[in-house]
Amino acid sequence: MSAEAGQQHPLGIYLKIWVLLFVLSTLSYLVDYFNFQGLLRWTLIIIFMLLKAGFIIAIFMHVMWERMALILTILGPPVVLLFLIGFMVVEGGYTFGARVEHFGADPNAQPLPVTHIGGEHEGVSH
Amino acid sequence: MSDIAASNLAETKSGLAGLVDDWSTDKQTYHVPWGKAMMWVFLVSDTFIFTCFLVGYMTVRMSTAEPWPVPAEVFALSFFGGDPIPLILIAIMTFILITSSGTMALAVNYGYRKDKRMAAILMMVTAAFGASFVGMQAFEWTKLITEGVRPWGNPWGAPQFGSVFFMVTGFHGLHVTAGVIYLSIVARKVAKGHYDKKGFEIVEITGLYWHFVDLVWVFIFAFFYLW
Repeated sequence: MSAEAGQQHPLGIYLKIWVLLFVLSTLSYLVDYFNFQGLLRWTLIIIFMLLKAGFIIAIFMHVMWERMALILTILGPPVVLLFLIGFMVVEGGYTFGARVEHFGADPNAQPLPVTHIGGEHEGVSH
Repeated sequence: MSDIAASNLAETKSGLAGLVDDWSTDKQTYHVPWGKAMMWVFLVSDTFIFTCFLVGYMTVRMSTAEPWPVPAEVFALSFFGGDPIPLILIAIMTFILITSSGTMALAVNYGYRKDKRMAAILMMVTAAFGASFVGMQAFEWTKLITEGVRPWGNPWGAPQFGSVFFMVTGFHGLHVTAGVIYLSIVARKVAKGHYDKKGFEIVEITGLYWHFVDLVWVFIFAFFYLW
């Protein structure tokens, strides 16, 4: 059995991970529902996101049962994307600074409230 | 092919020693069907495409001097005249995609048990969940377009919001649509017995693509809808 007969594993592990993904999704939705803000919000969102992604890759996509040669081929190359993120953070910050300096920006500006239209709620805002 | 892989595997080690073993001497490196290796190559390249979209979104959002519309308000929906519930449709779409990932995992499992009837049924269920996801996305797009969201502007704040929304969710929706078609074709072939002799690795390969689509949604949900 195992790798040579394809990826065959007991059903139970899939069902457990399935339930776990539901719980994690609910938790990340609740972060928004209870309107957590600031550092707590970003930390929770990132943790739940990484846990979900990890379980999908490791269990559902069977990566944890693959051989090291394939695992590194899959997970190795995307590491360079971290550099792209780093560079673009610097670039984005610079562009923002240039825009504020040359065009000005209202530091207290808020997005306009959203008005939902359609159905029987034509024009009702909240 | 699997016989060759099996005889090779019997002599090789696992972990890092296995890595060295697999790459050294003139022999097959990856002990998986070629279709699975090629699907992984495609998924890694697709990872780069989606990361470019999300990094582009990050750059655009960081560099705009105008306030970003609040996703929790933009994507709120009210039922039966009640108060709008923030992000409710997106939450339902997330649960539907996870459910479909679960049925897909079960389909792969039944495929390897050579229960082709259950595998085909579960794949069709997965495709149906995928189709309903695309339907909800079409509803979401229609609603936002009616409310005046365009790739060049929207009524609430930073004009870049619309272009990011349509590009990122549109490209993901395209992947889901392609996945629904792919799943339906493979499920039909499985049911007709095309893989009885070849083996059911194809179900796992299709599953890899489908789980990847779910995986991308995890990141879109976190970065675009919750951030």
